[in-house]
Amino acid sequence: MEDLPSILERTHRGDYGPIVARVIRLMGGDFAAAEEVVQEAFAAALQQWPRAGIPAEPRAWLMRTAHHKAVDRVRRDVRLAARVDTLETRARVEQSSAPALDEADWRDTPDDSLRLLFTCCHPALGQEAQVALALRTLCGLTTEEVARAFLVPTATMAQRLVRAQRKIRDARIPYVVPEVDALGERTQGVLHTLYLLFSEGYAATEGDELLRVDLCAEALRLGRLARSLLPQQAEVASLLALMLLHHSRRRARVSADGGLVLLDRQDRALWDREQMTEGLAQLDAALALGARGVFTHQAAIAALHARAARPEDTDWEQIAALYDRLCVLAPGPVVELNRAAAVAMARGPEQGLALVDDLEASGRLTEYYLLPAARADLLRRMGRGAEAAVAYRRALALVRTAPERRFLEERLREVLSSP
Amino acid sequence: MKYLLAIYENEKQWESLPEAESKQILDECFAITDAIQKSGNFIAGEALQPTTAATSVRIRDGKRLTTDGPFAETREQLGGFYLVEAKDLDEAIAMAARLPSARWGTIEVRPILDFAQSAG
Repeated sequence: MEDLPSILERTHRGDYGPIVARVIRLMGGDFAAAEEVVQEAFAAALQQWPRAGIPAEPRAWLMRTAHHKAVDRVRRDVRLAARVDTLETRARVEQSSAPALDEADWRDTPDDSLRLLFTCCHPALGQEAQVALALRTLCGLTTEEVARAFLVPTATMAQRLVRAQRKIRDARIPYVVPEVDALGERTQGVLHTLYLLFSEGYAATEGDELLRVDLCAEALRLGRLARSLLPQQAEVASLLALMLLHHSRRRARVSADGGLVLLDRQDRALWDREQMTEGLAQLDAALALGARGVFTHQAAIAALHARAARPEDTDWEQIAALYDRLCVLAPGPVVELNRAAAVAMARGPEQGLALVDDLEASGRLTEYYLLPAARADLLRRMGRGAEAAVAYRRALALVRTAPERRFLEERLREVLSSP
Repeated sequence: MKYLLAIYENEKQWESLPEAESKQILDECFAITDAIQKSGNFIAGEALQPTTAATSVRIRDGKRLTTDGPFAETREQLGGFYLVEAKDLDEAIAMAARLPSARWGTIEVRPILDFAQSAG
């Protein structure tokens, strides 16, 4: 039987977002007050469950408790009451708290999560604040965890979050999914936030892995919600396709000893076929809607990998062409490096190496270990072992995560031992 | 809730504008003012004379210093404002987006501080 802390932990991870989304609405859009109320509900659970036993429906219990606390607070807090249009809120709170709160009433309210997502992504908030707020409220990450994700001190992040919540309250940013004419401007922020949420879960190869998979799952859940809300927005379908295609490879990406497994060495039998099929269907839908954006191109690249039964079946020529266009749509040194790798696969390592050397000469990626790593790999494939070893050593000096370090060390040993 | 829509634009641009065009823009402004008044959101609104007509006043060490011109030289200058009533930021932003100056200048949307509420 599962113990209390792990049940609470699981409930917190899974349900903090939906519960807080609902309570923010009850409390007239006051993020800070709603968060306190939800945390009080979790504290009450920690206190009462050991004595009274774990309720049959922990989530319903927490929602009910948070709901009552919200009603109490609105009644008690003159300041809050004044702020949130007293009579209307009281009427709404009292009406919805009677007679008993039906669990189905809140379990099936995707609207609240979307409302929360769109409010976090209001363009009146800075982009970093948007993502931080989404991680904090939607995904229930602690301030410490959000700070770690952004590589800033906890106090800095706490300040940033307080500032964002205060702006929502003081400038009165509405707690709604915006009207159609404001959706366009907002959708970019939402997509960007969802993608960063997903990447935060996906790209990490260190730290608490369970937590990160949760982030990917949450980003996917919200991506599906956004897709259903905005069925005509092509880029939403593209992003959902991209996330699904990446996520479908999650089981093959990590080896038994926790190391990172690169695409060409992954066991394709471990790929999640169902999710992959869904991802390909979403990409088709996006293309039918006329999607030609950054996420579309990235999803199309992921789809070409998905469609290859073996690594050698990969259509590298098409992937290189897609990277060509990505370099125009979203120019940047990392995209150029990926393009170089694709060109090397499609047209031979010499052509790839020329592009990598150009990039290196431009001096834009001097601290990025993947540049010398890519260079080393190309030299190795061209049989220039001694030069490859130099590049591997350079990459090893820059690499930061243990699994990637092990991978590079292994490759370095290979080139040193071959004639 | 009250919001100030502060209109910032490069006032030099106005000087170089052909008369027909500036008249057209002014007509647009009057029409919008009319619409905001009719919808009940209008509290106040004025256009300002250019910064060449401005005087800055400071008290330093108890002494009054009066100088010519605006407080600081910037690319865009405050050219006018609306004070409006809006139910939330989105409504205020929607009004700001209708102002012609939004197309070449910047409209800063600032909530008005309510001392009665923030004192609680």
